[in-house]
Amino acid sequence: MERIRMVFSGSGGQGVITAAIIIAEAAVLHENLVAVQSQSYGAEARGGSTRSDVLISDTEINFPKVTHPNLLVCLTQEAYNKFSPIIRPGGFLITDTRYVKTHKKVAARQRELPLYQTVMDEIGKPVVLNICMLGAVIGMIEIVRPESIMKVIETRIPPGLIDINRKALELGIKLGKPFKG
Amino acid sequence: MNEKIIKFVQGNEACVEAALYAGLNFFAGYPITPSTEIAETLSARLPQTGGKFVQMEDEIASMCAIIGASLTGNKVMTATSGPGFSLMQEALGYAVMAEIPCVIVNVQRGGPSTGNPTHVSQGDVNQARWGTHGDHAIITLTASNHQDVFSITVDAFNMAETYRTPVILLFDEVIGHMRERLVMPEKGELPLVERLKTSVKRGVDYHPYLPREDGRLPMSDFGGIHRYNVTGLFHDMWGFPSSDPAIVHGLLRHLADKIMNNENSIARYKEYFLEDARTILISYGSSARSALHVVKNRRARGESLGLLELQTLWPFPADIVREKCEDAKCVIVVEMNMGQVLQQVKAAVDNPEKVFLANRIDGVLINPTDIRNIMRLIQGKGV
Repeated sequence: MERIRMVFSGSGGQGVITAAIIIAEAAVLHENLVAVQSQSYGAEARGGSTRSDVLISDTEINFPKVTHPNLLVCLTQEAYNKFSPIIRPGGFLITDTRYVKTHKKVAARQRELPLYQTVMDEIGKPVVLNICMLGAVIGMIEIVRPESIMKVIETRIPPGLIDINRKALELGIKLGKPFKG
Repeated sequence: MNEKIIKFVQGNEACVEAALYAGLNFFAGYPITPSTEIAETLSARLPQTGGKFVQMEDEIASMCAIIGASLTGNKVMTATSGPGFSLMQEALGYAVMAEIPCVIVNVQRGGPSTGNPTHVSQGDVNQARWGTHGDHAIITLTASNHQDVFSITVDAFNMAETYRTPVILLFDEVIGHMRERLVMPEKGELPLVERLKTSVKRGVDYHPYLPREDGRLPMSDFGGIHRYNVTGLFHDMWGFPSSDPAIVHGLLRHLADKIMNNENSIARYKEYFLEDARTILISYGSSARSALHVVKNRRARGESLGLLELQTLWPFPADIVREKCEDAKCVIVVEMNMGQVLQQVKAAVDNPEKVFLANRIDGVLINPTDIRNIMRLIQGKGV
């Protein structure tokens, strides 16, 4: 398989680091793949623009950071401005229509998705925005099965919240699937 | 065969799993980035297994607490980063002198002083060797991936018991915080060295510092059936202070020799494509991951490049480095400091002029492009 290099970025508290850990853990524990996750750490992870790198592959991963992602998620304007220049040409760049105004000079497949809007309309709780985003990611690049993501989520959150997470994941997949590539 | 348990964890958590596997039952520490997850995880895990976790007032107290706990028969560990490691140096020297088995983890961040708390560095290599005063020997180990973090941590506990010495685990921020797969070794899969206890009965004179014929010193749990003295002063076989030149000389030689004479048993390293390598990279910890990336990439293009990854930093495996680099035209040390291992490699090889440094000192993990650019410069090809 082609090595997937992902960068999840946004603002501290949006859950982008958690989302990165979930997809990487799902790949390792439930897909028998190799994954490495790392994150920006410190003050910037607590309110400023935060970033987490995930590499997924079927062979050993040595260098653990992502220099040029082939999938970049930006959930704030600041993150978009900061990280959009590092995208690998032809890669996927996922943004949220509410938080990010894109510009056209990016050599990538930009996908502006109404993640926040959909979550608020269908679920009404912004806390699952990150899981909806993960759904869009695995809808676009089928690297990890939805059930694998759910298995990891189930070990991390109270049982009462599993349903809205599943719903958020499904909504995200629906948003991402049309752009599958 | 049972299915192995697979975890997806941070390096700090891999270290914790290994310490518990090795029999850790006492941890005292003071949380500090980037080592905090070790204390955090152990504060939950140790009580579950009947062990003790103590959050101390500072790192001086932490080091002293594990020394005391070790003397009473426990397997002990503390974890810190640069500033805390500085505070531990005095008591670390005491542990060397009093021959107390203990494991000290230093997850390195940028220094000096409080430095660059959330970013990676490998600047404490020489501090691990010479941070505490006076002639002495010390064991320092490191690793570049979580499976190796696990096995080297178990090794650290084993060596601490075997040689009755503090052992330093010198990890770094990238390894500590990164998450990757850890396959949990089954019980019995990795050998464990248990405390060598004296067979001297109650009421019979026990000489705490009288070595057996093989040089090892059996211990008696402090506060147990024997009364004895422990001191940081030079001491005789009863543990009482002495400045008798023969005793001072003998003890200092013993402290150094028990480790330096076992350099080969303590040496841990991994080699990749060294057989025919004309250029050899030498690295350790997280920078070894970048070095291995370069080596594999260049090998695929037919270049004769190899990697010697050091896991034992002290005592420095000079014989191994010399032997492995004998036929190399060029040796490049990849590390994130201003050349601390570089100096050791230069001293080890026959021709120090063929040894170069590829480094970063800005808190950013050295990446394969950095290494390739430096290699081009060394080869006179420009950037």
